[in-house]
Amino acid sequence: MNTRQMRYGPLPVERVDVAVIGGGVVGAAVARALSAYELSVALVEARADVGDGTSKANTAILHTGFDAKPGTLESRLVRRGCELLADYATKTGIPVERTGAVLVAWTEEELAALPGLAAKAAENGYERCEIVDAEEVYRQVPALAPGALGGLTVPDESIICPWTTTLAFATEALSRGAYLLLNTRVEGVEPPSGTADTVLRTSRGTLRAGWVVNAAGLGSDVIDGLFGHKRFTVTPRRGELFVFDKLARPMVNRIVLPVPSSRGKGVLVSPTIYGNIMLGPTAEDRDDRTDTSTSEDGFAFLLEKGRKLMPALLEEEVTASYAGLRAATEHGDYQVFLDAGQRYLVLGGIRSTGLTSAMAVAEHALGLLGEAGLRLDAKATLPDPPRMPNIGEAFPRPYERADLIAEDPAYGTAVCFCERVTEGEIRDALASPIPPADIDGLRRRTRALMGRCQGFFCGAEVEKRLCAGVAREHGENGDTEKTGEAQ
Amino acid sequence: MSGTNGVASDVTTESPDVAVVGAGPSGLTAARELAASGLDVLVLDRERQAGGIPRHSDHTGYGLRDLRRVMNGPAYARLLAERAVEAGARVRTSAMVTGWAGERSLDVTTPEGRIRVDASAVVLATGARERPRTARLVPGDRPPGVMNTGQLQNLVHLHHREVGTRAVIVGAELVSWSAVLTLREAGCRTVLMTTEHPHAESYAAFSVPGRAVLRVPVATRTRVARIIGHHAVEAVEVEDLATGARRTVPCDTVIFTGDWIPDHELARAAGLALDPGSKGPLVDNALRTSRPGVFAVGNLVHPVDTADVAALDGHHVARHVRDYLAGVLPQGPGIPLRAEAPFTWVSPGLIRPGAGTPPRERILLWSAEQRLVARVEVTQDGRRIARRTLPWPVSPGRVFRVPSSLLSGADPHGGPITIALA
Repeated sequence: MNTRQMRYGPLPVERVDVAVIGGGVVGAAVARALSAYELSVALVEARADVGDGTSKANTAILHTGFDAKPGTLESRLVRRGCELLADYATKTGIPVERTGAVLVAWTEEELAALPGLAAKAAENGYERCEIVDAEEVYRQVPALAPGALGGLTVPDESIICPWTTTLAFATEALSRGAYLLLNTRVEGVEPPSGTADTVLRTSRGTLRAGWVVNAAGLGSDVIDGLFGHKRFTVTPRRGELFVFDKLARPMVNRIVLPVPSSRGKGVLVSPTIYGNIMLGPTAEDRDDRTDTSTSEDGFAFLLEKGRKLMPALLEEEVTASYAGLRAATEHGDYQVFLDAGQRYLVLGGIRSTGLTSAMAVAEHALGLLGEAGLRLDAKATLPDPPRMPNIGEAFPRPYERADLIAEDPAYGTAVCFCERVTEGEIRDALASPIPPADIDGLRRRTRALMGRCQGFFCGAEVEKRLCAGVAREHGENGDTEKTGEAQ
Repeated sequence: MSGTNGVASDVTTESPDVAVVGAGPSGLTAARELAASGLDVLVLDRERQAGGIPRHSDHTGYGLRDLRRVMNGPAYARLLAERAVEAGARVRTSAMVTGWAGERSLDVTTPEGRIRVDASAVVLATGARERPRTARLVPGDRPPGVMNTGQLQNLVHLHHREVGTRAVIVGAELVSWSAVLTLREAGCRTVLMTTEHPHAESYAAFSVPGRAVLRVPVATRTRVARIIGHHAVEAVEVEDLATGARRTVPCDTVIFTGDWIPDHELARAAGLALDPGSKGPLVDNALRTSRPGVFAVGNLVHPVDTADVAALDGHHVARHVRDYLAGVLPQGPGIPLRAEAPFTWVSPGLIRPGAGTPPRERILLWSAEQRLVARVEVTQDGRRIARRTLPWPVSPGRVFRVPSSLLSGADPHGGPITIALA
């Protein structure tokens, strides 16, 4: 399968053993896990890229699961997923920084809630929380506004690159022979009768599948409905965030979390893996599942919260603002149901914790599918996991690596100055197994155009390179070397 | 910042007398003057070509004050670069300064490798840019087609790309009209310019015939409240600030112009004292920053004046850099220079007695509001030291210049000097 077939033209395959609907972080993790077995697998995504929906716009935290509701599936999978992903990140080079977190209590009520939160963390299997006094809170976060009464530390909360994570899962699935079908929206489903296949009517034609996994995120209830179920409703919950200039980064060296209280949900201040500071999110239930616009009310709310939490932060420039939609449901836990008769599994209601739990969700899904009769014969050999480009700040980036530049001058040629993205990195992204489809895709792979100038200096240059890359993709003919041909 | 955390081996070191960061008008002019006096000058610029912003400002009006002739931006950029090289300066492009390795020592990334530049003096000439939509906190959808003038001119003049057909321009200052011209050249009509000010703030000489010839409607006291369009810009929602009334203006391109911020990353990474108003490094009349041997020139310290004025900063700083290298630059505390509202910044922000006049014997100020009659009052320690009505108005979106002779009555041992409008 070449990169053109990923996105355009008739589907390159008529039937697969398992179709995974939804190329977000969960779907990509499931496809990756399935493709380790002697199965033909298709990852089916409506958009032009993986990780282009809910998975691209979240708070990018690798959670310990300390604050999950004990006893839930979410609690178990977050805990397990955190271990799996931390290990996988090391192998593949997904940027992770163990910054730790501190929950800050601003009222007596919040202060009184801390022991309960520490006990809950222990119940969730996380034992390293510690209650600290105000002095220690200010030692850890000196820029915090006055008035903090105390805090609870969570030393293992980490920040992670959500874009590289999804991309790594999908890239590995591809290298293991899975089909990646982008621009492929599932519009109709004919559930199986007896031993016949499920028929998926997609925007790029018909795909038959022995088994179907629904990881469609915001659309998971719709797909579930196409299988004839009515088990949960997704209500998109919009979260708006501000990303502050990198010059603010020294102000915040760990994740500053609110204490959940009767005053409602607060916002967090967190470093990002790219060296910025993030403030947010808002939480607002919406109807439109595609509306990721930001709003005047959201901005006003964030500015007010920011002024209370860390007034010095507001002196810095806002580099970016964005909004994500969480796939919230009316239920308090993940919505995972297996219908053995339909050979159908739904992985729904996976909220912002899905980034952390994705690999555990995949592990859990394979367990359920195996029990229900999906034959799982491990492949004799598997390719090595992909080595992902480092777009985080925890390790040296190409522009600062004399060794790399000496081998290839393209890594010494800065194209996007604010983010210090080099010609070599943009070239690599365009030639990668899953190349970007547009500027946003290139941004998620390289950080190009993510910086404070927003294209003032380099926008035209980056766009030129992207267009040249996309034109090459359209012009190529059956080039299978780069991508690894599926069976 | 990367500081010194790069891989230390295979890093080559250069030790010029002066490192100039930024090859725009001010940096190139400083480099030419310094090289002409026999110093080893290394200019570092991250772009592929030297020249700075004028490279892609394809209109005339460049060179008036510094070269005493008028030419278009690209020709001006080429000429300044040639003159610097002719004078003996080494101009290195595709060379990005990524951080400081010491007081006057820079880490640089180039295609030829990582370089450490240990200079005896450093001139920062990194310029300014327009605030993007994000920093102005304009909400809504985030489609492509929303950009600054810098990107627009890059696209049209350097890359010969197409833009849309109907543009809304945010801002009505000099650069905004420059955006109108660029859009027109690209076949895109400007359907509306908006400004929050009660008047279009550009030079009347430009905006009056501009409005007549280019037929661009300008909505004053108006702000863009929201951008609409999922995959491409479809419209903007604008608000009349006087009435609160809102309307939707269909368009496919939005250009955010003006609202300048200095490219001050290196200045901040060095921990230089900053001017809270301009956010550029605080400089004195000799254009030196708070770090000995580090100078700052051009629109980095006055965002933004015209290119020729920036270039003349380069001319001005050269003497002081030479004095610094010779160990004869006057020391001693400076007198803070402050400006009262409606001014938002004043440059230089420090007057050091004995260091001579500021560039072009002018104090530069930026105003948030229009004043048709500019009655300037200078005070120090509660004492009025000068009052003069200047024959030009105070206008937002352009630098207001005050002769530095108005400061001549200041007490060199006195407190802060304040400039205000009476």
